[in-house]
Amino acid sequence: MPQRTVLYDRHVDAGAKIVDFAGWEMPIHYGSQVQEHHQVRRSAGVFDVSHMVVVDVKGKDSQAFLQYLLANDVAKLKERGKALYSVMLNPEGGIVDDLIVYYLDDEYYRLVVNAGTRDKDLAWLEKQKTPYAVELSVRDDLSILAVQGPQAMGIVQSLLSESDKKVIANLGVFFGADVGGLFIARTGYTGEAGYEIMIPSERVVDFWDQLLANDVTPVGLGARDTLRLEAGMNLYGSDMDDSTSPLTSGLNWTIAWEPANRDFIGRASIEAARGSGIKQTFVGLVLLDKGVLRGHQKIYCAAGEGEITSGTFSPTLGKSIALARVPHGIGSQCEVEIRGKRLAAEVVKPVFVRNGKSMLNA
Amino acid sequence: MSNLPAELKYTKSHEWIKSNDDGTVTVGITDNAQELLGDLVFVELPEEGTVLAAGDQCAVVESVKAASDVYAPISGEITEVNASLEDEPEQVNTDAFGVGWLFRMKPEQPEQIAALMDAAGYSDTLEA
Repeated sequence: MPQRTVLYDRHVDAGAKIVDFAGWEMPIHYGSQVQEHHQVRRSAGVFDVSHMVVVDVKGKDSQAFLQYLLANDVAKLKERGKALYSVMLNPEGGIVDDLIVYYLDDEYYRLVVNAGTRDKDLAWLEKQKTPYAVELSVRDDLSILAVQGPQAMGIVQSLLSESDKKVIANLGVFFGADVGGLFIARTGYTGEAGYEIMIPSERVVDFWDQLLANDVTPVGLGARDTLRLEAGMNLYGSDMDDSTSPLTSGLNWTIAWEPANRDFIGRASIEAARGSGIKQTFVGLVLLDKGVLRGHQKIYCAAGEGEITSGTFSPTLGKSIALARVPHGIGSQCEVEIRGKRLAAEVVKPVFVRNGKSMLNA
Repeated sequence: MSNLPAELKYTKSHEWIKSNDDGTVTVGITDNAQELLGDLVFVELPEEGTVLAAGDQCAVVESVKAASDVYAPISGEITEVNASLEDEPEQVNTDAFGVGWLFRMKPEQPEQIAALMDAAGYSDTLEA
């Protein structure tokens, strides 16, 4: 039974091509995925990501629970509203999901997890919380809009009251604040400045209308994927899953190894793996020929074989780019097998565009 | 709803073919096909002079979503290709039946054209 967000009719009104995404009927584009991508890099776009899952964690053991559950350390969050990006691991060191966690109060944290892993994640959280005095509250009463691009923050602020605007204008990167029932956070999945806003569903249609009336373009999931890949941001299910380690998924930076005595689920496994030497690494690729890099394509280099985890055409760069899991010692070039032919690709750091600018040399 | 020009003939694999006054034919992909693919990012066209049999794979249209083969609707020789698609492949999306044409051919057996589907026949092959 496919689900629809509260904004479904608005998507159809805006000319959306609707597709199934994780059991939700969502807009893949509203006419041109490439144009929507450019709008986000050049001005402002809005994504309906209400299918994602907001889980509030409350209770006196909230911090202890999350310190055990997550590979990153919520004890780093000392200021109200501060957030961090983390993965949660299974005991084998594989990745259950990636998420953002906000510290709202000493006994109140908010998690935002992926739509496609909702059932698995909720069951996992229920199971892992058993020894802890915490309560979980799944906030299906909230819709989520991501407003991203160089003009995004200014436009959103212009829709707020003077006092709310003051609070939001002072928000640091990766901070969130509640203003009059809207939870506005300086986070995003595009590499541009912007907000992700959690709104009571009975107010989201009106907010959407206001954004569109202020020149914010509706953007579909197709452009969401090209934007995040250009920004070097992983996609759960493509770049990592239950069987992959954060150490070979470009997520080493999200693991808080210190303090050494903080146990978390999967710590022992990834520590052992780190100790015995990791044979694979996670890189970016740029295709030197015409064509499009796609997930699961095979990679060949002197050091062995690898695989593309996600690939696409980059509208901002005008070339095809990809994220890939490859052997250590791959060097600066490799070949990718595309439709039976081996084409040359350059190996780069897994980030291609930042603040609208190419990160690649010339 | 894609419109289907009545003067064209169509294949099951979503090519259209137009008979030109000078005896050549122009070939492209239908509006329905471009809609399924999404924004095109590359078009690979055959070389002029290539000789093809009906049904031969002769071009590729590639979008972010997928790469799709294009087949020669009839037998013949490539006389011209739409070079502007190299820099602006999106013309296929915006005007699949017009400026988004892919290539022109000199038909080897012009009677093959009549055997192709008309607009109503092609329309029947499309899912609702």
